[in-house]
Amino acid sequence: MTNSPYLLKPASVQSVMLRVLLALLPGIAAYVWFFGPAILVQIALTSVTALAAEALILYLRKKPLKIFLTDGSALVTAWLIALTFPSIAPWWLTVLGTLLAIIVVKHLYGGLGQNPFNPAMVAFALMIVAYPQLMSQWPAAGFTDFAAQWQAIFGARQLDAITMATPLDALRTVLRDPEQRRMIAGLLGSNATFGNIGGRGWEWVALGYLTGGLWLLQQRIITWHMPVAFLAMLLAISATFGLYDPTRFAGPGLHLFTGGAMLAAFFIVTDPVSGATTPKGKLIFAAGVAVLTWIIRSFGAYPDGIAFAVLLMNIAAPLIDRYTQPPVFGRKQKDGGA
Amino acid sequence: MNAYKEISWNGLWKQNSVLAQMLGLCPLLAISTNLVNAVSLGLATILVMMLANFAISALRAFIPYEIRIPVFILIIAALVTMVDLMFNAFLHDLYLVLGIFIPLIVTNCIVLARVEAFAAKNGLRASTLDGLMMGVGFIWVIALLGAVREIIGQGTLFSGIEMVFPTLSGIQLLPADYPGFLIAMLPPGAFFILGLLIAGRNWLESRANQRMRDKLFHDPGASVSSSPA
Repeated sequence: MTNSPYLLKPASVQSVMLRVLLALLPGIAAYVWFFGPAILVQIALTSVTALAAEALILYLRKKPLKIFLTDGSALVTAWLIALTFPSIAPWWLTVLGTLLAIIVVKHLYGGLGQNPFNPAMVAFALMIVAYPQLMSQWPAAGFTDFAAQWQAIFGARQLDAITMATPLDALRTVLRDPEQRRMIAGLLGSNATFGNIGGRGWEWVALGYLTGGLWLLQQRIITWHMPVAFLAMLLAISATFGLYDPTRFAGPGLHLFTGGAMLAAFFIVTDPVSGATTPKGKLIFAAGVAVLTWIIRSFGAYPDGIAFAVLLMNIAAPLIDRYTQPPVFGRKQKDGGA
Repeated sequence: MNAYKEISWNGLWKQNSVLAQMLGLCPLLAISTNLVNAVSLGLATILVMMLANFAISALRAFIPYEIRIPVFILIIAALVTMVDLMFNAFLHDLYLVLGIFIPLIVTNCIVLARVEAFAAKNGLRASTLDGLMMGVGFIWVIALLGAVREIIGQGTLFSGIEMVFPTLSGIQLLPADYPGFLIAMLPPGAFFILGLLIAGRNWLESRANQRMRDKLFHDPGASVSSSPA
């Protein structure tokens, strides 16, 4: 028995970040199993780059190196960049993305806790706008030859044999072609890109993220609001339109288990810095990301809309927070003023 | 003479139309995709600013105060039309590239701001110099922005120079297989790089202020009036 006061010791940034990294491991394990060890190379690359960039900018800003370098926040950004970028992207692409995320998006806006935008998502958005082709070359499921992947990352030439359109890209191609449209329901199981519920291999990676995310919930690192609102909204909107016209809109399975939906639900929209912070605000924020993701995936030009959806909602987060302030404890509702 | 020096210093650095006043950002951001476009628009702007300041300073006694803004705009619009026709006649290819942004100099707030704040209250020589120096302050910033965006965006410099001097051609500054960083050429890149330039100016200014404070602190006998605050 412990004595009163029964205060919980607030978790340090370091322990939170470490547990976030741990929670990513199941997803990474599935990633390695289906798509080869290239992702580990990318994680190493982004981690080293992020720590070096963080050290450099901390030195320039005359901040204590040890506290901020060991808090793990740069590593979380680095891992998210590695996981959202194609694992066989050339090395300079991920390094450049990481440098921009840490130096420009995080530190030029004030450092940990100050950045209005999610650094990993800005890196993704900038890179997919600047290099759409390189950002769309994903490894084919089952092709895990490390030597070939190593060459794709560090060699000059790109290997067509090991690349493949992402399931969302393949889906887009099918949707654009009126001849193929009626096949959309039959895609699952019949096409090399697709597995049983989502993209081949990707569905297992998504399950890995889901497992890690549930553990984060149990550890109370994240609250239930954001993942639930995000997934429920994405499910609702994709199910509604999927039922309304199955030849034009993909069903909820594809939306939830391909692309970055699961990663986004537990690790990206839950970013405590750039998202909304009030309970009601979190629900609105995550639901908004889901709606925008679905719209960009269904009608936009880029394969996955999550990065753009998150950035758009990041802009709205201060406004959402302002209008969802809970009443002061003990009062029914707030009186006057916001 | 000191007054002219101050006018020049204000235009080039202290009250730089872009870095300090942040006026006329629309053409600045839209046209600075490469050095040649940037300098061309900058030259057109300098010309308009000088002529507008000259004309309005000369006419300032005859312009009724209450309707001064429409009169200013009318004079500026006439000058811009002239520059626009000149571009169309002598540099037609470049004219097609710059497009709407030459006519838009009419609405560029730097021009109107200098006319209203300076030329309407000062003599001919000082006003013309102010127009020139504010224009030079604009052109060096837009040229720097254009050069940085062009080098980062496509690895070249002076691309499109053949539109002005048909015998010259652009330089491939970075290796030919440089993939190009498209963001630098797109509007977000313009905002990012302009932000960095403004940050650089603020850093230099705060360092200079700090030095001056240190100097005053260590040597209180130094007269304050001699240093422009």
